[in-house]
Amino acid sequence: MAITGVLRSALMQLRVLDMDAAVNHYVNVLGLDEVGKTEDGRVMLKAYDEFEHHTFVLRLAETAGMDFIGFKVDSDAYLDQLAAETQAFGLPCEWLAAETDQPGFGRRLVVQMPTGHRFDFFADVAMAEDRPMLKNPDIWQKEPHGMRAQCFDHALLYGPNSAEAVRYCTEVLKMAVVEELLAPEGDGKVCTWLTSSNRMHDIAILEYDQPGKLHHVGFKLEDWSAIGNAADLITINNVSLDAGPMRHGVTRGLTIYFFDPSGNRNETYAGGYAHFPDMPVRQWDFDQAGKGIFYYTRELNERFLSVVS
Amino acid sequence: MSFVQQPGMSDTASLIYTITIEEPLTTFTCKSDQTLLAAMERAGHRLVHIGCRRGGCGVCKVQIVSGDTHRLAMSRAHVSVEEEKNGFALACCIEPRSDLTLKLLEKG
Ligand code: FES
Ligand SMILES: [Fe+2]
Repeated sequence: MAITGVLRSALMQLRVLDMDAAVNHYVNVLGLDEVGKTEDGRVMLKAYDEFEHHTFVLRLAETAGMDFIGFKVDSDAYLDQLAAETQAFGLPCEWLAAETDQPGFGRRLVVQMPTGHRFDFFADVAMAEDRPMLKNPDIWQKEPHGMRAQCFDHALLYGPNSAEAVRYCTEVLKMAVVEELLAPEGDGKVCTWLTSSNRMHDIAILEYDQPGKLHHVGFKLEDWSAIGNAADLITINNVSLDAGPMRHGVTRGLTIYFFDPSGNRNETYAGGYAHFPDMPVRQWDFDQAGKGIFYYTRELNERFLSVVS
Repeated sequence: MSFVQQPGMSDTASLIYTITIEEPLTTFTCKSDQTLLAAMERAGHRLVHIGCRRGGCGVCKVQIVSGDTHRLAMSRAHVSVEEEKNGFALACCIEPRSDLTLKLLEKG
């Protein structure tokens, strides 16, 4: 196996203000499937093309935003190695036993990031009942619905100390920097896009004064026509549109940004080039950020930098 | 020959209220099933930031000086219990139940 250690971002727990509205949005509009409820009333969801027991959890709360993002790693032994390397790097971490709050999940290593976000790492997850077929596979078992989201893809995180967080991601997690947005002055970065595989990105981290903020959570769609279908569903369901359909200059992804009923930003994402470890980093000057994010209009809207949950 | 509309097929009636912003003096109308932010956005007023439109980001915060409202779920991160008592609210989570008077906050 050429990809080792951290494999991909594969779990997120999100806070919502109205559970019925959130479930309707993520299931009927985005097209995830409900896996079940936890004893404390959280709702577990997954996309049709994922093997994991669940990848997305909704928790009723008084505030919107994310509780944590989770990453799947290649082995239980790697978790021990990661714990030691995380401590050596100087970040606080602790263990959560198997099946504590995430049914179907093995033990997790919980790391507090300097940006105020929580990263969970796990090696073992139960296989979902509704999952891609393994023998002479058709393209799906149950017909996809809504926007036909195929899998949880990535998240853009806003928080302070982003340079330190990026250093942890590259030095300890061995993620690669795919693209970066340079600060207007000096040699700092405003935003860094990171991958642990040859998927375009697992996370991106943007320097921001408030800790632990979620800019958006991205779900993968098949192609440009699926993005068009998603745009139709946004209007039909009176979903709050942010921007798109459009293309990103960064990653070249095809995309729409919109908000869930609690004000958490979603993205439906398709395409983008494949990353390989020998590829050099692609950089954007700050005055070209508009083109990097909104490739067609080439203008950064005010919401992109200031609206988070 | 024509199509005959069946009873109950028309839009349900909503009430229309007048919303007044004190400074700069502005008025607009808002339906009882519409949020203040949606009405302002539709009327083309850019006096309040438009963010998520769903109560999560807090950029549309205003103060309701007078009138009756229906409050939709909104994030506590942006309106504390104390602020709520003093009429603070996210404009995207307020439906009018009477004519209203609003005060804008500093556009941050
Ligand atoms: S626009 Fe985000 S809370 Fe109102
Ligand atoms: Fe994205």
